Amino acid sequence: MADPMKIRANVVGDTTEVKVLMSHEMETGQRKDAQGKTIPAWHIQTVNATWNGKTVLSAQWGPAVAKNPFLSFKFKGGAKGDKVQITWTDTRGDTRTDEATIG
Amino acid sequence: MRSHHRRAAQGVAALFILAAATALGQGSPVDEIAKYRAALQDGNPAELWEARGEDMWKQARGPKKASLERCDLGLGPGVVKGAYSELPKYFADADRVQDLETRLVWCMVTQQGYTEADAKKNPFGAGNDKKADMEALVAYVTSESRGIRMNVPQSHPKEQEAYRIGEKIFYYRGGPHDFGCATCHGDDGKRIRLQDLPNLTKVDGARKAYTTWPAYRVSQGELRSFQWRLNDCFRQQRFPELEFASDASIALTMFLARNANGAEFDAPAIKR
Ligand code: HEC
Repeated sequence: MADPMKIRANVVGDTTEVKVLMSHEMETGQRKDAQGKTIPAWHIQTVNATWNGKTVLSAQWGPAVAKNPFLSFKFKGGAKGDKVQITWTDTRGDTRTDEATIG
Repeated sequence: MRSHHRRAAQGVAALFILAAATALGQGSPVDEIAKYRAALQDGNPAELWEARGEDMWKQARGPKKASLERCDLGLGPGVVKGAYSELPKYFADADRVQDLETRLVWCMVTQQGYTEADAKKNPFGAGNDKKADMEALVAYVTSESRGIRMNVPQSHPKEQEAYRIGEKIFYYRGGPHDFGCATCHGDDGKRIRLQDLPNLTKVDGARKAYTTWPAYRVSQGELRSFQWRLNDCFRQQRFPELEFASDASIALTMFLARNANGAEFDAPAIKR
């Protein structure tokens, strides 16, 4: 199973700044192994972020995102103690959800 | 939304094109690499290793189903905070100078019941299928010394001996190219490809290099320990493989760590 994400969320003025590190190989499907065989694509495909259950970001990712990706975004609103939840799903159908409390 | 470049080589190349286009080549490539590193520092994936290592430290593992929470890294059983800033050092129970990795192996054997061979089996990770527990533990323990000044001891005769041997190894030249560490790391302003080579014979260079390892290597997508760094420089030097946790590796680490004394530890860092 995938390792947990590392999520930081902080209120800055009237917005919440969220920083997320995800543990994932993000294999492009373009690389070949030592035998010359193509390494199949395997990467995060969708990312969804919610704040107190309401979607604040939804993204579709392709093969051009780095291994162990870092995602940073802001949304209007949010208060100390609120919950931010992030979910990703990859091309194999694996999924992971982690939560952080806004500080 | 922002994300790291897929591979460092591409990342740096892309950055050069950007730099050339927007600033008409202002700033040397080295400045641009420094900017690239600063941009990455914000979301250093090393934190993923730190979190995994902390978890692992606390988990009951091995044949004896014990955690590492009683492991003595030199400041007493279970004390992690600041421990790395005083390593390597002499440990009476082992009657040996040990660096962090050797000490972790020691605790895995004596407290968790692993065989030494098992504890040393997979020191350097390679992707998702071959994650190294050792590198995760190293990331966690070293992160607990961030901001603390290096204070590596030279009081026990075996610590002094390790330093002397490390110094010998550092200046020893051999192999097909007659290289020694000082060949690549003994002058100011040297570069290989686009990488600055630190002058490890000077205080500034020694401090900066030692206090920024371990590091997340963007080009490898891995967290790399100081043992890995030395192992890879032995390879670049065309020397026989430096055995993991060997006396030679500890001596060389003692020499470099001690020379960084007084500098603030600032790792796990991020490197190209
Ligand atoms: C053939 C040249 C060469 C030799 C010989 C060599 N190295 Fe290196 N060393 C490098 C390169 C290249 C790097 C990586 C620079 C980079 O990626 O930024 C490096 C990096 C390092 C670093 C990390 C510096 C930093 O700031 O991140 C240390 C420490 C180091 N070497 C120690 C040694 C030691 C000890 C030896 C002798 C066993 C040695 N090197 C021999 C080429 C060499």
